Amino acid sequence: MDDDLVQRIVKNPKYQELKAKRTSYGWWLTLAMMVVYYGFILLVAFNKPFLSQRLGEGVMTVGIPIGFGVIIFTILITAIYVKRANKEFDDLTAEVTKAVLK
Amino acid sequence: MNFKSDHMRRLLTLLALFGVSAAAWSAGADLGQSEKQATNWTAIGMFAAFVVATLFITKWAASKTKSAADFYTGGGGITGFQNGLAIAGDYMSAASFLGISAAVMASGFDGLIFSIGFLVGWPVITFLMAERLRNLGKFTFADVAAFRFKQAPVRIFAASGTLVVVAFYLIAQMVGAGQLIKLLFGLEYWIAVVIVGSLMMIYVLFGGMTATTWVQIIKACLLLGGASFMAIMVLWNFGFSPEAMFAQAVKIKADLASSTGKTAEEAAKLGQSIMGPGNFVKDPISAISFGMALMFGTAGLPHILMRFFTVPSAKEARKSVMWATGWIGYFYLLTFIIGFGAISFVLTNPSFLDAKGGLLGGNNMAAIHLANAVGGNVFLGFISAVAFATIVAVVAGLTLSGASAVSHDLYATVIKKGKADSASELRISKITTLVLGVIAVVLGIAFEKQNIAFMVSLAFAIAASANFPVLFMSVLWKDCTTRGAVIGGFMGLISSVALTVVSPSVWEATLGNPKGSALFPYASPALFSMTLGFLGIWLFSILDNSKQAQIDRAGFLAQQVRSETGIGAAGASGH
Repeated sequence: MDDDLVQRIVKNPKYQELKAKRTSYGWWLTLAMMVVYYGFILLVAFNKPFLSQRLGEGVMTVGIPIGFGVIIFTILITAIYVKRANKEFDDLTAEVTKAVLK
Repeated sequence: MNFKSDHMRRLLTLLALFGVSAAAWSAGADLGQSEKQATNWTAIGMFAAFVVATLFITKWAASKTKSAADFYTGGGGITGFQNGLAIAGDYMSAASFLGISAAVMASGFDGLIFSIGFLVGWPVITFLMAERLRNLGKFTFADVAAFRFKQAPVRIFAASGTLVVVAFYLIAQMVGAGQLIKLLFGLEYWIAVVIVGSLMMIYVLFGGMTATTWVQIIKACLLLGGASFMAIMVLWNFGFSPEAMFAQAVKIKADLASSTGKTAEEAAKLGQSIMGPGNFVKDPISAISFGMALMFGTAGLPHILMRFFTVPSAKEARKSVMWATGWIGYFYLLTFIIGFGAISFVLTNPSFLDAKGGLLGGNNMAAIHLANAVGGNVFLGFISAVAFATIVAVVAGLTLSGASAVSHDLYATVIKKGKADSASELRISKITTLVLGVIAVVLGIAFEKQNIAFMVSLAFAIAASANFPVLFMSVLWKDCTTRGAVIGGFMGLISSVALTVVSPSVWEATLGNPKGSALFPYASPALFSMTLGFLGIWLFSILDNSKQAQIDRAGFLAQQVRSETGIGAAGASGH
């Protein structure tokens, strides 16, 4: 890619918008995932009784829905990112491409 | 054998499979204890059908594999959905299927902690890496890591990282394969290893990435289908009530405990203990370190990263990870149900137990026996064949990525300085495949009696400490330089291997040094070696005032533009 093209892309406001939006969204979601996962691991490491306490009369504990919850959360947060990226980020990318490659 | 030690033994075996065992646990706890079973003809027949089908696919794939690009990326025409299944296939190894379900059967909730660790790396790959990798790379992750740097040093580092990770992962798979097949099919260990090695070589040699991908997709579908059926059958037996399933498992665990002479109160407590965390996580540092190896190691596994170059665009790369995450997460939910099902239907059925009350055939047979319990002999054969297919497919993916590192990174880029023609590059990759296949078989046989427990976790730790930091910093940090990447990368690589060698699971359990003599007390090195890798890259980059450093930094803007927009990126095949 030649310097001229790079400069044209960098100066394009849509490119700046794409870069800023995707980068911050990616980092925020990464942070959310880390908080959930390491929160779970720290609970396992430091507060086992909390996870082992029973929910009701039966054998079900707090830990099982939380563990399943982390798995479901992982799948959902990935899907949420992909949904936004497929629409908004791809549209922005297409606009940038169109503007600089004509 | 009393309940407690038997329970411990099973947990240990699982830990050994995942390589997280500390010294006290792992002595003799690998798959090496498995006993040879009677020859299972149904299973062999089903596996033969799988082999025939995949050989036809390989023949078809061979007709499409003409250039080096075809070999590495299958022509780049794989869709996001297909690639997602293939990634899931790469990730759902026999260790996760048999190992996690056995862990859940042994200790309930603790098995879930493993599954979660193996899953959480995927969103991070999606958010920060997948699209940028696709936009920057062509065949191997070194294409990305070396994008704006001096090629030779970074390629040499990346090829080293790839080959070391592949070697440890491959040995672990081969030894596991030999042991499991001895169990499942009643074949001799060495025959099993040779069969796995030969099949893998045929797939990769003739069919390249196309064959490897389709073998992986078929196996993923078979495995997901089989596991779904088992989980549904288990739930159906409890009227689809999870509470009933858990209650029954708790009761059985309590009964088993009281039959060993525990008081009613102790037994009830032991029974209920499978519903919460047990002793898997001993100290918080090991827990966090192990968690980091799993979370970031996924983003540095060369055979997984390579899959991002088989799709035509960043959009498809992103979709691949979404599908992969969904399938893998679903699979882990299934293994949890399968593990609890095994408590109810395997641990209580004398026909699956030996005289001492242990599982027939060894510790990782929980899911296999459950298949028999819920689906009869034919389904047992099916699940055994799927487990075999799983190993062959994973091994093929690993070999392909090792061969690519040698032919694309070392031969074509470092030795030929980018001037190799496609035909000779393809020839080198095929020769490397043969060599790797032979090495894998030889090492698989050599390590039969060894404790290989540490190898998978070592592979993840190296991937997290060497490959991931270099990839991450070269793509996202503008001041990163060639010197920083190479020195920091090797620091992560060497420290993760060294710390593993002096950790209890290798120093004491494998090398036989006295207990307590290990210099590094934790189960995983990642917390320290990954930090060291990042620190090294940072430090040696900011101290770097060479001419090359100016070129490296000046190249960041163009790299960033391409990584964000894909403008200038080649289609996977069109290069």
